[in-house]
Amino acid sequence: MSWNVDEVTLNSRLVMGTGGASSLSILEQALEASGTELTTVALRRYDGTARDSVFAMLNRMGIRILPNTAGCYTARDAVLTAQLAREALETNWVKLEVIADEETLLPDPVELFRAAEELVLDGFTVFAYTNDDPALAKRLEDAGVAVVMPAGAPIGSGLGILNPHNIETIVNRAQVPVILDAGIGTASDAALAMELGCTAVLLASAVTRAHDATAMARAMSLAVESGHLAAHAGRIPKRPLALASSTFEGMVTPA
Amino acid sequence: MTDTISITLNGERHVLARPTTAKDLVSGLVDKDIAVDGTPVDGSRLGIALAVDGEVIRRGKWSDFTLAEGHSVDIVTAVQGG
Repeated sequence: MSWNVDEVTLNSRLVMGTGGASSLSILEQALEASGTELTTVALRRYDGTARDSVFAMLNRMGIRILPNTAGCYTARDAVLTAQLAREALETNWVKLEVIADEETLLPDPVELFRAAEELVLDGFTVFAYTNDDPALAKRLEDAGVAVVMPAGAPIGSGLGILNPHNIETIVNRAQVPVILDAGIGTASDAALAMELGCTAVLLASAVTRAHDATAMARAMSLAVESGHLAAHAGRIPKRPLALASSTFEGMVTPA
Repeated sequence: MTDTISITLNGERHVLARPTTAKDLVSGLVDKDIAVDGTPVDGSRLGIALAVDGEVIRRGKWSDFTLAEGHSVDIVTAVQGG
């Protein structure tokens, strides 16, 4: 069941975000229930309060940290944020997020690509949050990103996977892991991502904003696992008409 | 030459004694003693990074970096997100 990034083996295929939880203790329970081994955090100005406790909590839980560049609109901002994250959190892994506008939070392809090139050159292991565009995904891979992370739907929308065909195309052409990122609303969305061949799923709001975050975290964990199993179990072909599963031989017929 | 300097820290103006190093600034902010290598003396992990005028100053350089009048300093840490 394991997968690798940068020679690091991860057993869970569920990558969690930490945004949206109403309290740290609810977040901790949800992360525990999710079984995740890799979790994103954002980077913000230190304000002297207990804000660093996410870092402390993840360290205590033994969960690897994936800093993101959420909120950045330009390559320049994203590169600086990534460099600060590397220094603050002692990791060269970064989830590169360069958004185009506040309304869609969708990636800005031009700035994203520029930032990806620069960060790869600077020695980062780049997880690139991208559009569900097979051409852009390929360009990012060619630029040297370690993981391609297409959006299923806009962040926090819970709309699921709007273009499964594109996600499948991205997966089929990628030599690097593909993580479905953003848009997941419920367990079936996560299972579908895995059935489409994704290596893992990244989600936050679907769990942290669920009425029962812990139950949803467990549901997502099971969905990712079952989707992965199904993807590699060789599903039956779809047929236009029925194919009987019971034999007609030896049927009892009235005299 | 006054014995204070004025800097911008996380977007707000601050007046500091001259000289103040980046290490002094962080140490005061987190209320911990920090060793020359930029790590807390108590063995904990800071989870903090510092940039001056848009350039990251690595923690090992904090004790050598003296802040100057007009510097714009950002100090960041991890928060819930993503």
